Amino acid sequence: MASSYKDEDGHISVKKPENTAFKQQRLPAWQPVLTAGTVLPAFFIIGLIFIPIGIGLYVTSNNIKEFEIDYTGLDPSSPCFNCSQNFSWNSTKPCTCSIPFYLEQPYESNVFMYYGLSNFYQNHRRYVKSRDDSQLNGNEESLRKPSKECEPYARHDNRPIAPCGAIANSMFNDTLELFYSDPNGTKTQIPLTATGIAWWTDKHVKFRNPGGNNDNLTAAFQGTTKPINWRRPAYELDSDPENNGFINEDFIVWMRTAALPTFRKLYRIIQRRNTMVPTLPRGNYTLEVVYNYPVRSFDGRKRMIFSTISWMGGKNPFLGIAYITVGSVCFLLGVILLFIHHKYDNRNNNPDISSN
Amino acid sequence: MQFCVKKQNKTKTERKVKANDREYNEKFQYASNCIMTSKYNVLTFLPVNLFEQFQEVANTYFLFLLILQLIPQISSLSWFTTIVPLALVLSITAVKDATDDYFRHKSDNQVNNRQSRVLIRGSLQNEKWMNVRVGDIIKLENNQFVSADLLLLSSSEPHGLCYIETAELDGETNMKVRQSVSVTAELGDPNNLATFDGEVVCEPPNNKLDRFCGALCWRDKKYPLTNQNMLLRGCVLRNTEACYGLVIFAGPDTKLMQNSGRTKFKRTSIDRLMNTLVLWIFGFLVCMGVILAVGNAVWEKEVGSLFQSYLPWEPPVDNFLFSSFLSFWSYVIILNTVMPISLYVSVEVIRLGHSYFINWDRQMFCSQRNTAAEARTTTLNEELGQVEYIFSDKTGTLTQNIMSFNKCSINGQTYGTGNEQEHLPADRLDFTPFNSLADPDFSFYDDKLLELVKVGDPHAQEFFRLLSLCHTVMSEEKSEGELVYKAQSPDEGALVTAARNFGFVFRSRTPGTITTTEMGRTVTYSLLAILDFNNIRKRMSVIVRNPEGRIRLYCKGADTVLLERLHPSNQELMAVTSDHLNEYGADGLRTLALAFRDLSEEEWEVWSESHQFADKATDCREDRLAAAYDKIEQDMMLLGATAIEDKLQEGVPETIALLSLANIKVWVLTGDKQETAVNIGYSCKMLTDDMGEVFIIGGHTVQSVRQELRRARERMVEMSRGSSFPSPPSSFMDSISGEFGLVINGHSLAHALEADMELEFVSTACACKAVICCRVTPLQKAQVVELIKKYRKAVTLAVGDGANDVSMIKSAHIGVGISGQEGIQAVLASDYSFAQFRFLQRLLLVHGRWSYLRMCRFLCYFFYKNFAFTMVHFWFGFFCGFSAQTVYDQYFITLYNIVYTSLPVLAMGIFDQDVPEQRSLEYPKLYEPGQLNLLFNKKEFFICIAQGIYTSVVLFFVPYAVLSNSTQSNGVPLADYQTFAVTTATALVIVVSVQIALDTGFWTVINHVFVWGSLGSYFTIMFALHSQTLFRIFPNQFHFVGCAQSTLLKPVVWLTIALATAICVVPVLAFRFLKLDLKPQLSDTVRYTQLVLQKRRKPAGRSLGGSRLGTRGGSRRSGYAFAHQEGFGELITSGKNMRLSSLGLASFASRHSSSWIETLRRKKNPHTPPRLKVCNI
Repeated sequence: MASSYKDEDGHISVKKPENTAFKQQRLPAWQPVLTAGTVLPAFFIIGLIFIPIGIGLYVTSNNIKEFEIDYTGLDPSSPCFNCSQNFSWNSTKPCTCSIPFYLEQPYESNVFMYYGLSNFYQNHRRYVKSRDDSQLNGNEESLRKPSKECEPYARHDNRPIAPCGAIANSMFNDTLELFYSDPNGTKTQIPLTATGIAWWTDKHVKFRNPGGNNDNLTAAFQGTTKPINWRRPAYELDSDPENNGFINEDFIVWMRTAALPTFRKLYRIIQRRNTMVPTLPRGNYTLEVVYNYPVRSFDGRKRMIFSTISWMGGKNPFLGIAYITVGSVCFLLGVILLFIHHKYDNRNNNPDISSN
Repeated sequence: MQFCVKKQNKTKTERKVKANDREYNEKFQYASNCIMTSKYNVLTFLPVNLFEQFQEVANTYFLFLLILQLIPQISSLSWFTTIVPLALVLSITAVKDATDDYFRHKSDNQVNNRQSRVLIRGSLQNEKWMNVRVGDIIKLENNQFVSADLLLLSSSEPHGLCYIETAELDGETNMKVRQSVSVTAELGDPNNLATFDGEVVCEPPNNKLDRFCGALCWRDKKYPLTNQNMLLRGCVLRNTEACYGLVIFAGPDTKLMQNSGRTKFKRTSIDRLMNTLVLWIFGFLVCMGVILAVGNAVWEKEVGSLFQSYLPWEPPVDNFLFSSFLSFWSYVIILNTVMPISLYVSVEVIRLGHSYFINWDRQMFCSQRNTAAEARTTTLNEELGQVEYIFSDKTGTLTQNIMSFNKCSINGQTYGTGNEQEHLPADRLDFTPFNSLADPDFSFYDDKLLELVKVGDPHAQEFFRLLSLCHTVMSEEKSEGELVYKAQSPDEGALVTAARNFGFVFRSRTPGTITTTEMGRTVTYSLLAILDFNNIRKRMSVIVRNPEGRIRLYCKGADTVLLERLHPSNQELMAVTSDHLNEYGADGLRTLALAFRDLSEEEWEVWSESHQFADKATDCREDRLAAAYDKIEQDMMLLGATAIEDKLQEGVPETIALLSLANIKVWVLTGDKQETAVNIGYSCKMLTDDMGEVFIIGGHTVQSVRQELRRARERMVEMSRGSSFPSPPSSFMDSISGEFGLVINGHSLAHALEADMELEFVSTACACKAVICCRVTPLQKAQVVELIKKYRKAVTLAVGDGANDVSMIKSAHIGVGISGQEGIQAVLASDYSFAQFRFLQRLLLVHGRWSYLRMCRFLCYFFYKNFAFTMVHFWFGFFCGFSAQTVYDQYFITLYNIVYTSLPVLAMGIFDQDVPEQRSLEYPKLYEPGQLNLLFNKKEFFICIAQGIYTSVVLFFVPYAVLSNSTQSNGVPLADYQTFAVTTATALVIVVSVQIALDTGFWTVINHVFVWGSLGSYFTIMFALHSQTLFRIFPNQFHFVGCAQSTLLKPVVWLTIALATAICVVPVLAFRFLKLDLKPQLSDTVRYTQLVLQKRRKPAGRSLGGSRLGTRGGSRRSGYAFAHQEGFGELITSGKNMRLSSLGLASFASRHSSSWIETLRRKKNPHTPPRLKVCNI
């Protein structure tokens, strides 16, 4: 409507557009074309890079030793059968079971000991968000008033739970101990290191005890209550003050939720003491389990895993195989495309475009 | 700033208005003359604008998502993932709306505050328009806008006549006459009018521009009122010193405002496709949601219920069915990123960019007119790459509407040698030494003719004397020798100017005389009669008595008509002249034959009597007059012939040839006569002699038109059968192989456009290579466009320059306005405007093609990247208990579409080029993919989606397989959620970046900056978000502290990313290479050739263009090119209208095409008022 009243003097003086490369769409540009000269070498190069990497990865992975025991105790013949059957959260007497096993190969260098859980949904949305990072960071206010995200594990008996939330409440609390049975019959406990198993940032930034540098953790946790499933409050997790409370590494490891329902978490490290003796020589061992953690109700499984480590981590045959496969497929594709290109190429045979 | 007071407007069956009686009129509470086109004021802006914006489906949808996210049980994502983009979009639109409305306020204010002279208590006072009331009497002066719908009371002209221009209303630039009721016409001056107390009873406000019915009651008498008595708001008073009018309808009640509807919003086919796809995607979203919700139900029942010891069901969600219901909504929130709001914003940004490129194009800049091309609508660019039909106006669009006297044949001798381009400027004849009155702009290139006139050749002198006498041109002599001719058709102007330069200067006329200066000697002829032109006679004559007393009839007219009426003695001359006429016709010139006849005194008297008798006849006056004219226009002596060039605009034939090579059909819709139109058709190479046949449909009845169409089709089938392989007649359209042309007349078109014949017409016309519709009304132009839109489902483009093209421009998918001399009506209605027709080839083949290509590539990639991004959640759903846990960090989800992946694809959408611009003009076939809609359609969409889903599978399962069992080199497992999230997100960003790198065909600096910059910004932002600093401030917001460092330092993570990238990209690469190698598109081939040529450093390409358009056809198309309208002779001789000569006749000269429509209509149906179309709203 407004335009209908446009005056004669509404005329705008138009100038010739500027002659810049940008405005005239003449910016210098690289115009890649997929030609046989570029695509086929790319395929061969990818193939030639991927196959050696894959072989390297595969060999490395194969050199890694891994040993796994399922100690869930579902089978009546299993030593932990009784423990798994007679579980109750508030029983005072811990149930222990010991599983003997035999290592056929000696384990050189450091050995990493994991516990593995299956069918455990640490990645469920409600589970993942059920924590209060502010509380875990040592914030006094959050300690007294846990976030709503922690519900229904925010308060118990009118006292705030520390640490709050479903993740903390469901913390894995089996105790695993390892004994080496000498061929002469004596049982020696293998020392397990409980520190150095968490991320550096988790241990030093993300998780902080309340009360700052106050040595008296008990006082700092005053007025809070332990998570419902826990047997001990947070300030009694370890005797070492650097590994107690929220900065207890077992706790930190547990709080780093897994991406998938079957996962393993680092439990202990068996340090190599002597370069001459393998960390775990071959022979008979006993795994002593204090069976606290019930998984039977949801068909879960519990495992204990030993593994050595290479530069690229633990055993991972998939990566090597995948690289070899992708590399080979690329190479093969290169050959097939080269063949097709030579046999059927249309583009080079009729350069006369106008005939199209 | 003021606001109009809205008054209750009850629907009434009639309206009563009493002149000069405000109290009486107040009772009815008529609307005041204040108009308000603005939508908001300061207070209402926010609520109203938001309300309007949320009427858009997309905005409401996102608002709905936002509300869902605020429910804690559902919220799977933080609220800011939706509100940030939504707020961005809403505020951009709001700012745009506010600016628009501000300008509307300004224009309303300006209009409302215009001054008008109102008669209040006997004296004229200045009042603002907004304060004018119904019942006021207003004085209007020349060239003023009419401020309200007025009843004309009196005017300064005799008989209460006044002239108005209605261009603002209906787009017609010719003047119309309005006449007051005879009783009021005598009122004259303000004193009489002040006492006028007539009462008008009329119809209530309506939007019919051509109808008014009411009655004036004054002094106990009743006078009927019609539209002839009304001056409507929006008209301009012309050629009338002043007039008085009574306000009947004011402000919103005026017919102009009643007609102002919202402009039809044009959408492109990509827009429509996008809307369909968005609906499909929404359906897909719901399906995914349902699948996952069912999964959730099963999981909660089978697993979740058992897992309650660690993860109890929360009190409100205590059963698996309710949980699955909530999970459905949670997944709708997560998966909605398949169709993000940024899609719409990005599309608009890209189109805006393309519009700027059009505005900036120097090759579409016309230096003569200092006009650059302008994209007035920014939403249609990609449709420019899909045009199949072009509807073009002729005058001013194909031609310059400049007639030049080019050649003539005098007494069997031809003079003048072709067009300007073939001559040096030095060859131009200089008339000034010979004739001081010569028009310096006139150019002619044959000095033989001037010599002939100088030596006093009687034939030549008589030839030019005829041209100086036989016409209806008015002259205006501002000062001595400074002559300005006001011709009603440019042809006539050219002829009279030619005579002027050759020494026969038309100086002035009165109703009874014509004064000329012949070879420096002033001569006054007495004008006895003008035998006016009409379409049937195709000639005009004047009968004059020269100072010596000899009576002579001068006649000029179409050769076909005139040559029949010659004296038998002219046989020999006629043969020679006829040859010349053929020659001129072949050159595409508009020809006229000239002849004279000496009349004796008795002959004149006898004829004069019969003429007067016929003139006074009441029945069949026109037929009787024609018969009388016919009687005297006999036995004439041939003088010669003229040839006028209707100058084509620069590059028109080349452009049309190029467009037709690009498979675009060009239809010419013109108000001009058939012969003229056909002539132009030949000269701009639409019609060629190579054509199998040119069918002319000129029937006056339904049957004859139908029959002609049928015959044309039969001929076509017959001829194509004869020439090529036989084909079944069932698929008529496809069986036509030859080249045919179709010319259809306006009156036949009227029948052909009727419901039962339109299909027949379309199928016939579309089988033809070229279609010319002549003598069409503006409305018919629009109807033809609508017809093609309806039946062919093709993209149409209408190009025109005049107000009569407005309807066509508005109804076509794309309207292009030529910003010529004809005013700005067409430009204002158009979507694109530029100064020259030939720019159309650049607009379509370069800008349109690129826009389409870029938009398609953009959409393909956009859907791909969002599916790749979103579907990962779907796969993850199967591993996280269908709990709507996201795979990525929430900040990544917020920023993915806005920051990490938006700019590279925008850069591609704005800057990409597959072949250089010169190539797309060299190979017009490159335009075809757009017409066939090959680059983005449902199939392409599904391919993109499939690729996206494939990528999402790879992006989820490769990290899954690698990370689930692997550990870092310090023994810590990698399978924690945060590492997984960062790995997948990084892989995703890298894969889509590699993909955009593959898709980008034109890597400018900007592309490099955006692609590398996006990757860089991803890592920078991620490191910032995972930094300890941010965590210390908001420990509850940044859970991912330290994750970036610890993840991205792991070789396994990078090996995973590389593996995923390779698996995603290698098949695409192989597939594209195969496609290029085995089935290359033309653009691929051109691009490849370009590369090869660049390498060889050889001059590239071959030019098509000019060489194709060398020779001119040879067939005879001598046309009667006399764009003229009848009635002027009568006006001149009656003396009633002589004022016109001193007033602005310019508009008559510039445009005459619409008045013949009136003529045509009047003839066809004298009682039906012409149907007008409102073009200006």
